[in-house]
Amino acid sequence: MKTLRLIFCCCLALLLNACATPQLRGTGDLGLIIERANGHVTLVNTSSRQPYGRISGLGDLSHASVVYSRDGRYAFIFGRDGGLSKIDLLEAKIVKRVIQSGNAIGGSISQDGRIVVAQNYTPGGIKAFDAETLELLSEVPAEYAPGQFSKVVGLADTAGNKFVYALFDGGEIWVTDFSNPRQPRTQRYPAGKQPYDGLVTPDGRYFLAGLFGEDGVALLDLWQPEKGARKILENYGRGQEKLPVFKMPHLRGWSVAQGKAYLPAIGRHEVLVVDVASWKEVGRIAVRGQPVFVMARPDGRQIWVNFAFPDNGKMDVIDTLAGKVVHAFEPGKGILHMEFAPRGENVWLSARDDNKVVIHDTATFGKVGEISAESPSGIFFTSRAARIGF
Amino acid sequence: MSSRLVFALLCLSTAAFAAEPDAVRQKELVHLVRQDCGSCHGMTLQGGLGPALLPANMRDKPVEAMVATIYYGRPGTPMPPWKQFMSEAEAGWIVNQLMSGFPQ
Repeated sequence: MKTLRLIFCCCLALLLNACATPQLRGTGDLGLIIERANGHVTLVNTSSRQPYGRISGLGDLSHASVVYSRDGRYAFIFGRDGGLSKIDLLEAKIVKRVIQSGNAIGGSISQDGRIVVAQNYTPGGIKAFDAETLELLSEVPAEYAPGQFSKVVGLADTAGNKFVYALFDGGEIWVTDFSNPRQPRTQRYPAGKQPYDGLVTPDGRYFLAGLFGEDGVALLDLWQPEKGARKILENYGRGQEKLPVFKMPHLRGWSVAQGKAYLPAIGRHEVLVVDVASWKEVGRIAVRGQPVFVMARPDGRQIWVNFAFPDNGKMDVIDTLAGKVVHAFEPGKGILHMEFAPRGENVWLSARDDNKVVIHDTATFGKVGEISAESPSGIFFTSRAARIGF
Repeated sequence: MSSRLVFALLCLSTAAFAAEPDAVRQKELVHLVRQDCGSCHGMTLQGGLGPALLPANMRDKPVEAMVATIYYGRPGTPMPPWKQFMSEAEAGWIVNQLMSGFPQ
């Protein structure tokens, strides 16, 4: 009996000791995978290339996107159903969750990390939240004409707690300054027909809005916005009838590499290459489908491209030095998204219809791992926390 | 339920039953609608860049026009034609399913 009690005391001491000194860890190699069908996310470690947790109860995650707090500890998940969830990656749990609109498309976080902004389709507009508490601070309805509200696309953060976004129905680019978060001020710039998404260049200077309703891209210099938005890549389709578009491309600052922007052509099997000093087209690269994500490896040497239905099992890799596709393969069924390890040695690809995420080495292109996930879509690593426009 | 809807459903049912896709094809079409139409209309069909496709949203729309929208697309909007991936009868079956609550 005495021995038993001793063993019990020892165990208790060990337990208490364990409680008293929690294992410390950083967040730089963490991330998450959206499992769109069932409202789950799987938490992953990019060093071990393994999952370490799973969180459920996040609502409708079709088309969900994520931004990170500047310490990389908290993920803010914007769900299709208007849900905004704050997740703690270290404790693997939901910290706070609010339903902020009827139909959302994504969000962004301010330069100082204090404001999270959601962009909404219904009701059209943006809403600003306190990043700590998710308390609503203010909102900007996208009322582009009296009584007419637009779906908002392309929201991106830029310097001075400003956010830039485009109005799909309104054909404008808006810049909203949240330096006083409860009293935002908005400037409007005509952009073109049906902007479908937007991006801020990695330096935060330029906002580009891809246009669906016409051939071209609207460009706004955020350092001198008073000059207004201008068109680049005008008539890149040269009046040819465009192919039916079965999925809208996604734009972000990941398109910029080696002084050039690599942009998806709408309704064409091409990647358009633009010089970011002159904003003139300097080339176009034929690919095997209509590009959805055109994403540079962090060093800019490669551009990885996935495609819209029905070519969504294919991936093409462009070498930026050679200026052409150097590797083409079929990594899985329904490739929806990709994310590079922070320094780009491997890339994670979500194969929705194979219910897994596959990991490929970007130098050899060989497969180095896989993680099972239910209908995986977006993959988001904490390295986004430190990037402008993510 | 309006008499127009009943009439429309009857017409559609007749047309659709004539060429009801088999079980395997139905599964493919459901997957296509949820996953690929879902890119714009939402996986739960509650809308996105494209309008919601729930029974309540479909109720007052003419069936023929919806079938044509799927099959031929709608110029001036991002809605593309899906005719290379399905027959007109299959588009009719999809509309029928959407109106009565789409399968998971």
